[in-house]
Amino acid sequence: MADVSTGPGTSTIPASNQAAANPGTAGKLITYREAVSEGIARQMRLDPSVVCLGEDIGAAGGVFKTAAGLFDEFGPKRVWDTPISEQAIVGAAMGAAMTGMRPVAEIMFSDFLACCWDYLANEIPKVRYMTGGQVTVPLVIRTANGGGLGFGAQHSQATENWAFTVPGLKIVAPSTPADVIGLMAAAIRSDDPVVFFEHKGLLASKGPAAPADHVVPLGKAAIARPGADITLVALASTVPICLAAADRLAESGVSAEVIDLRCLIPLDMATVLESLGRTTRLVVVEENPYQGGWGGTVVSIVADEGFELLDAPIRRVAAACVPLPFADILEDEVIPTVDKVVDVVRRTCDY
Amino acid sequence: MTADSVRRSTTIDSAVTDVLGMYEQMAVIRRTEKAAYDLFMTGLVKGTTHLAAGHEAVAVGASAALRPDDYVFATYRGHHHAMARGATAEECLAELMSKSTGLCRGKGGSMHLTKASAGMLGSYAIVGAHLPMAVGAGWSAQLRGSSQVAVAFFGDGATNIGAFHEALNLAAVWKVPVIFVCENNLYMEYTAIGSVTAVPNPAADRAPSYGIPAEIIDGNDVVVVRDAMAVAVRRARDGDGPTIIEAQTYRHYGHSRADPAKYRPAEEVEKWLAHDPLDLARTRLQDMGLPPALIDEADERAAHVVAQAIEAAKAAPPADPADALTDVWADGGAQWRT
Repeated sequence: MADVSTGPGTSTIPASNQAAANPGTAGKLITYREAVSEGIARQMRLDPSVVCLGEDIGAAGGVFKTAAGLFDEFGPKRVWDTPISEQAIVGAAMGAAMTGMRPVAEIMFSDFLACCWDYLANEIPKVRYMTGGQVTVPLVIRTANGGGLGFGAQHSQATENWAFTVPGLKIVAPSTPADVIGLMAAAIRSDDPVVFFEHKGLLASKGPAAPADHVVPLGKAAIARPGADITLVALASTVPICLAAADRLAESGVSAEVIDLRCLIPLDMATVLESLGRTTRLVVVEENPYQGGWGGTVVSIVADEGFELLDAPIRRVAAACVPLPFADILEDEVIPTVDKVVDVVRRTCDY
Repeated sequence: MTADSVRRSTTIDSAVTDVLGMYEQMAVIRRTEKAAYDLFMTGLVKGTTHLAAGHEAVAVGASAALRPDDYVFATYRGHHHAMARGATAEECLAELMSKSTGLCRGKGGSMHLTKASAGMLGSYAIVGAHLPMAVGAGWSAQLRGSSQVAVAFFGDGATNIGAFHEALNLAAVWKVPVIFVCENNLYMEYTAIGSVTAVPNPAADRAPSYGIPAEIIDGNDVVVVRDAMAVAVRRARDGDGPTIIEAQTYRHYGHSRADPAKYRPAEEVEKWLAHDPLDLARTRLQDMGLPPALIDEADERAAHVVAQAIEAAKAAPPADPADALTDVWADGGAQWRT
């Protein structure tokens, strides 16, 4: 079995199958994009109940090529092209998940979650609860998320905070290729519904390949860079932004700790509060708009439970509360950048 | 005396016994719905109810054509579907009355009756949302090679929402073993479906657009429903894909709660009340030669079952406050953070 469990009911897979499913990849660099399809493929090799569905994910390999190779390896009975019907995609995934399958549904851009929002807001997260626990919904909804590529207002939003308003959804948003693979394993094996946000701006980024049997448990943050003076809490695209900011801050003697939350639900506040106990200063960096952003919940918990740890006011670096503009120069005005983070950290440290 | 004992103690053939069994099931549902109405009016059922009195033949006839392992998805007007699949009057009424012995332990209520152990995978209260789910359940059966079918029951109002059309198209393209059963009771809520729909038969007239065979049937005749459903189920199990059945029926109560349904013309109501599913089944039984006394006995058994159910549900303990924070996740808990 893998190094962690995602909870009761997690599928158990013989070790011999695991070894066969995961050829050694140690020492290689792979892209975040490749990690997505690799992460799905590893689980499909292990568990025949894992099936994929979505628009253009078959022979085309997905518009972002994050499903590349799946159709060739697993064929049309495991990888299903759908019409442009987001409600049918997610609704069918739900029905299949309730009846013995582990579907992995792709919604091409996270903005399009709005087209099937009923399923994320009313159906998938509630059906277990409102039936008194009679059914489970072990599915993954994967979606390309976030800005930075100039796709304009309807193809660039960071929408993790939409899902964050709904009790009953687990929310994953990895920042590295290895985490993509490890969190995909945990997400697909989870008996709970998981919304898996793949950041478009990170697809071309490279990182060490994940070892065989790599599983990252849902709800366990990573300390992406240890530091002593201030805690930066980040997610997905804001992790590399915070790491770059920490590099620059180090030149002027500020030691910033960067926490990669990896998941919004479960939310690893224990790691945040522990870090804050050492650094005493907190900046939360989120790509979604300030209004309704996930950082609001993080800082409210700190205010409730960690106020006495603080030596300075909490700051949030979030997107401006406007639709995402098209031109790069305008988009940079709206979403978090290294400059903005460095500026806020300096002011927080100077408090 | 049960239908089985009728079979043993008389020379009545199985066709008659089957209809008598369906009659008795409908009689239990009718009385349960009456009880739900009365309990609502006395304040023992809170929130809202959408009663299915008048629709019994759709649920009972359709279920008679299904295997125990087939899947059923229903709407907020779904008491009859839960009961047709095996939920008892007591566990339904207990759920309506917020009792811990309810089908969903008080966490669902009237609009979400579910009996997953009997393949009844839920009642959904967002119009049309469950049609794609039924497609997914049928797709799952197809992938597993189980020869199960899935059924989505929905009202006429659902035929104008996007999920209906997305579900039909995907089911047709993937040849999913699913049967779409429209309970056309002529009114979506308070508005006649005909006044807001471009075609006269809201489900069946859409079927050709998706290459799906459709049939319009008398949804108040339980034998007609069962037989039409059997054909559709056979087609689905044979790998020939989905079918639409538009079952014409009528609700005896208003849309919800105490709605008196004054928007319905008196002569229309009178016509449909004279075409009652229970009366039609009784006539069929008499035409088949069953002595009226045996039908009366079925009515008495139904009355007894529901009377006992009402008392048991009233006496049951209330929902357990501890249950409010369970069943969000598969591990049974609700923890969202460390």
